[in-house]
Parts: sequence; structure tokens; C-alpha cells
Amino acid sequence: MGRLLIENGRVIDPSQKLDRVMNILVEDGRIAAYDVAPSGAEERIDASRKIVVPGLIDMHVHLREPGHEEDETIATGTAAALAGGFTSVACCPNTDPPIDTQAAVEFVRQKAAQADHCNVFVIACVSKNREGKELAEIGLLCEAGAVAFSDDGAPISDAELIRRAFEYCLMFDKPILSHAEIRELTTGGVIHEGLISLILGLQGIPAAAEDVMVARDIALAEATGGRLHVMHVSTWGSVQAIRRAKSRGVRVTAEVTPHHFTLTDECLRGFDSNFKTNPPLRSREHVQACIEALVDGTIDVIATDHAPHAKEKKMQELDRAPFGAIGLETALGLVITQLIEPGYLSWSSAIEKMTINPARILRLNKGTLPIGADADITIIDPEVWWTVDAANFRSKSTNSPFLGWKLKGCADTVIVGGRVKYRRQG
Amino acid sequence: MVDPTTAFSEVPSSWNRRHLLGLEDLTSEELTTLLDVAERFRQFMREGHRRLPLLSGKTCVNLFFENSTRTRTSFGVAARRLGADMIDFSAATSSLSKGETVIDTAKNLEAMGIEAVIVRHQTPGTPHLLAQNLNCCVINAGDGPHEHPTQGLLDILTIRQRFGRIEGLTVALVGDISHSRTARSNIWGLKKLGAHVIVCGPSTLVSPRWAELAVEYSYDLDSILPRVDVLNLLRIQFERQLTRPFPSVREYAHLYGMNRERLSRTKPSILVLAPGPINRGVEVATDVADGPHSAILDQVTNGVAVRMAVLWLLIAGGLNRSKAS
Repeated sequence: MGRLLIENGRVIDPSQKLDRVMNILVEDGRIAAYDVAPSGAEERIDASRKIVVPGLIDMHVHLREPGHEEDETIATGTAAALAGGFTSVACCPNTDPPIDTQAAVEFVRQKAAQADHCNVFVIACVSKNREGKELAEIGLLCEAGAVAFSDDGAPISDAELIRRAFEYCLMFDKPILSHAEIRELTTGGVIHEGLISLILGLQGIPAAAEDVMVARDIALAEATGGRLHVMHVSTWGSVQAIRRAKSRGVRVTAEVTPHHFTLTDECLRGFDSNFKTNPPLRSREHVQACIEALVDGTIDVIATDHAPHAKEKKMQELDRAPFGAIGLETALGLVITQLIEPGYLSWSSAIEKMTINPARILRLNKGTLPIGADADITIIDPEVWWTVDAANFRSKSTNSPFLGWKLKGCADTVIVGGRVKYRRQG
Repeated sequence: MVDPTTAFSEVPSSWNRRHLLGLEDLTSEELTTLLDVAERFRQFMREGHRRLPLLSGKTCVNLFFENSTRTRTSFGVAARRLGADMIDFSAATSSLSKGETVIDTAKNLEAMGIEAVIVRHQTPGTPHLLAQNLNCCVINAGDGPHEHPTQGLLDILTIRQRFGRIEGLTVALVGDISHSRTARSNIWGLKKLGAHVIVCGPSTLVSPRWAELAVEYSYDLDSILPRVDVLNLLRIQFERQLTRPFPSVREYAHLYGMNRERLSRTKPSILVLAPGPINRGVEVATDVADGPHSAILDQVTNGVAVRMAVLWLLIAGGLNRSKAS
């Protein structure tokens, strides 16, 4: 592997509190040196007027393989990740069959290696077959490479089981990623319960369905000393509970998706199933609470919950269409346009939530660029305006709630392990 | 006398819609146009006429995914009176049971040369989904608890016939507001035409959020009785309720059932409506349903006139637009 010099970029590495224009030399897949002049022997990338950050990490994606290759494959999903600026993703185990065995973990890792796009880390099931009845073989799954455990989409209602899971994961130092939802409160629900659900006559999903489960999980994490990560936070109540828990030292972290910090339930006015997500798009006060939680650090991570669904599944009656929206290729543009440009987050704190914070939660040696680190690097063009167009997605599915949006900023060049894996065209 | 050659010679220029998906989308002018045209059809029928072939050679399809007696038949009668053919499509015997999607089913019907699809579906927004995917007219005949615009129009027409106006009236919708598309269509139509609307029923079925839409809400029927001009008694939609919102039908009838004693505490001019099917002895006692204040059967007759108006405005209006362009 050769030498690569990234020249004159504004390097922002929140893990080292670094923010200055400089050169970075990459050699043999690692960061070799800062501030070196070109020797003439290396490939050069002009990063002037660009922002150079540790490769972005999305700790919540659905790659759908095995089982739902009509929606996405590991190859197409990781290609979409690269186009969105991500050098690492963690994929959820709600596949068919679910990722609850060593063989399943190995299958995903092998497919990802064959695709050879970005790094793929595997989240495995907490319970066997995601049934919420008995624990999956968490120790063996860890040995196979699982980085975290979740029954995402099938919240575990059995409080004793989830308590045991927190306790058991302690010895492996693995977090439980919780999709917080009390199922009895969400039966038949398709939209946030509020004024819009009242007007449209659609069955609502109350914010309390999330609040109650987050409160339970926090109590159990606190009681056991286990590590809880709350996925896709969407309510004011969750934010309050997490903030209070953090202040008293509970080991809890949290993420929010770009659609939850950008869109409201008003979007469902046209009954477009691309806006049907779980948790649902909430009302303005919940969205504002999520943004405030990003600002004060209550929410640690921005993750996409990239949830591809084939067009024929989404083009159905609203109650039959599946929940979910793709997000890998729009996340960076939304972070810049919705959070950085309006002044909610600095570049450094936004990048922190997409690099070192998810890396720390998953215990990855990623998301940081000191000398010797893996050369996973994202070069961002922060000025370019572009339009979200279904025809340009690398993802196999196009169920984005942001079609037609004009966004500022996108990935320009993406480097994984010292190799240029993506360059923006035009 | 209504002279059909002049009264229905052309669609009013104020009408520009291809679909009728809900009353929330309509302006008060459009509502008034619909009501005026419906009134003319009603008058025409009152004069003993049966048929007015304004839509001869046109074909409509009743695409019903939920049970219906009144609405389905009413659209059928309206279409035939206008000289159009009506095809009845039943979800139970269709390709939907073979896994065909609702959009594909509708597109196939459209390809056979259909001018209008009248759709009833249990899911809110399904008529909107069809409207986005079809070129023909789409008429919402009830989408889950969302809207039932022709029911709203016929209720409002019945009120207007009795009082000569809508503005300034106080109309109470009583019952299962949460699950009622009739309630929602009435609310939008009545408010746009200047009525004061009260929604009344048990607190599990009446959201305080209605106040945010300038709709008064109440859990106490007895307290609102003396000041309402119209009572519209809605059916309890047991089939849509996922959990039981009140302990027993007996308790509901005790708290919200309209009986003669309650009727005696209303204004003498009270008008009682019920969209049907009615549950005698639950939301309304038999002597009230069949009494002099009830306009339940008037509603049904008006339903045909309203649906004639809707079919004519949408289909003939569309023909005018295509001629113009």
C-alpha cells in the first residue's frame, strides 16, 4: 500500500481537540505523520477549502441481508454508506434469520469483506430469534465479533430478561442498544399521537410508549451497572430521563436520527409512507427537545437508523406499509444544513457525535486520527449545495423522506484503511 | 320548477377539482357550490323526476373494501339517475384476496375505461394514494376514521334545509368522535360555513386537543343540551376500537343515549341527525329516532342528491377542463 498525502484541509478531530489546516500523511493504511510537505513520491489529495475528519461512523443501520435482499444487500448498503461519508457502520440483527448465532455474525462479516466498501460491525440479538424469551449466546457472539446487543424493532417486554442481559453483558463490556417501545401502547399505531393523528384519524403512537420503556431500561441499567444505549430517541420525556440519569452517573448513552431532529408529524399530512418511521416523526416540541439534547450533550450520537424498504412495500395503504426510512446518504447533509448552519452545533461537536462518540460506545479503535491510527478519513465539501434525488442513491431502496430537498455539504472523498473508496463525481 | 336544460347546462366555473378526498381541503365557496347543486338535484327529484342523463355513457366503480349499505347503494342510485353505469367491486371476491395491491387493482379497473372511482377503505389516506396514482376522478366514500365527505355534505345539506343557514348554528356531534370519519367531515364543513361545533362523548373518545382546532369539547351531554340547534348522534364504532373505551354499552347509553327525557331539555327547534347505521337503544332511543325532530330519513334522500352533485361536478367538470385544454 502506497503513501497518500491529504493537503491543506481543515482537520477537525474532536477526539484530540484538533481543528486546524494541515497536511496528513497516510502510509500503509495508517496515519503516518502530520504537517509533512509533499516529497513527490505519494498520491496527493487537495483538501483545501474542505474539512478532513475521522471516518464517520453510523452505529445504527439495517443492511437487510440475509433475508431481505429485495430491500438492501450488504454490498449496496455499504456502498450507500461510503457515498454518505461513512467509513464504518454497525448493522442491526433483525434479518431473516436474525443474527443470533456465531455463523450469522460470520456471514455478515464475510459478505462485508467481499463487498470491500466500508467497515461493518455486527450488532447481535439479545434474545434467541429476537423472541424476548431467552438470552442469545452472548459470549459466543462476542467471540464471533459482535460489538453490541439489541433486539431492535422487537423491544423486550420481559423486564427480568433485560435485567439479566444487562448483568450478563457486564462481563463482556458490551452495551445493550434499546429500541424503547411499550408494545401495548403502540398496537395499530402508524403516526405520533397528537394533533395530526387526531385530524387524520390515524391510530397514534403516544410519546409515553417510549418514555415508559426508557425509564424502565434506565432503572435496570442503574440497578445492574450495565451499559444502556437508547436508540433513536424521539421524545421530550426520553430526553429528560436520560439527562437526569446521566447526571447521577448511570451508564446511559443515546442517539438521535436526522429525521427525528428535522421532521415533524406534519409531514404525514399527505399520507406518504416514506414519512412512516418507528419511532414516529413527533411534534415540534419533541423535535426541539432532541435538538437541545444534542446541544447539551445528553444525546451523544447521530445515527441514521437507515431502514431500506423496496418500493412495492412502501406503496401500500399507510397501515400496511412498513416503518422506516433510508438515511445513510442524506445524514451528513442534514447535520450540516439542520444543525451546523443554524448554529445549534459547532463542526467539532457535530463530528464528535458521528465519530469518537459512537466509537467509544462500541469500543472501536476508530473515530480518531492520532499518528498510528487506522486511516479511515472522510473529506467533506462543506459548501456545495445538492439536491436529494432518488436516481442517485447507491442504496437499493429509495424510501427517503427528504426527496427533493436541497442540502448543503456532502462527502467529497472517503478513505477506508488508507485506500480511497469513494470520490464524489462532478 | 327546475329546468334541467338551464340548471345543469354547465358545471359552475367555481368548481375545479378532479377528486373529492375530504371536506378539510375545500373552501367555503366550494362547499356552497356543492350544496347548491345538490339542492337543485333534490328539488328536481322532489318534482317527481327520476332521471337526468347528464353523464350518459360514463362509468363509475364502487371500490369498497369495507361493508356499506347506505353509501354504496346511494352512489349507485345517484350514478344511474345521471345515466352513468355503476360497477360494484367487492374486495372479498377480488384479486386482492390473491395478493394484488390496492393500487394495481384500481389501475386495472381504470384501464377498462372508468371515469370515477368511489373508494371506501379502512385505512386513512388510501383514497389519496389512489388519487396520486390514477388519472380518473377519485371520490372518498370513507377512509377509516379520517373523512367521509359526502356524509358530511348530506348532514350539512339537511341542516341547511331545516334552518335555511349554517352560520351561527351550534351543532353537537355526540359519540365516538375518535373513530368517526363522519365527525371529521362534519367538523370541517360546518366550521367553514360558520357554525359552532361541539364534540361530546366519553373522555376516552373525545380528545381535548379538539380545542386547538377551535372545536368545543364536552364530556357532559346534559350540560350542552339546552344550547344546541342540531344533535348529530354518531354510532359507537366497536369494530375500530382496539381497546374498550368504556366499561359497558349500558353505561354508555346511560351517559350519552338520546332519549325523550333528554330531548325535552333541548330547544323546541332541535334537529336530530344520525348518520346510520343506528343502534337503537344505544346512542338513540327508538322514539327519538322516529320522532318529529329526527331527520334521519331526510338525510338518506339528501345523500342521493349530494352524490349526484359530486359525480356531476367531478366528472362533467373534468370533461369541461379537457375540452378547454
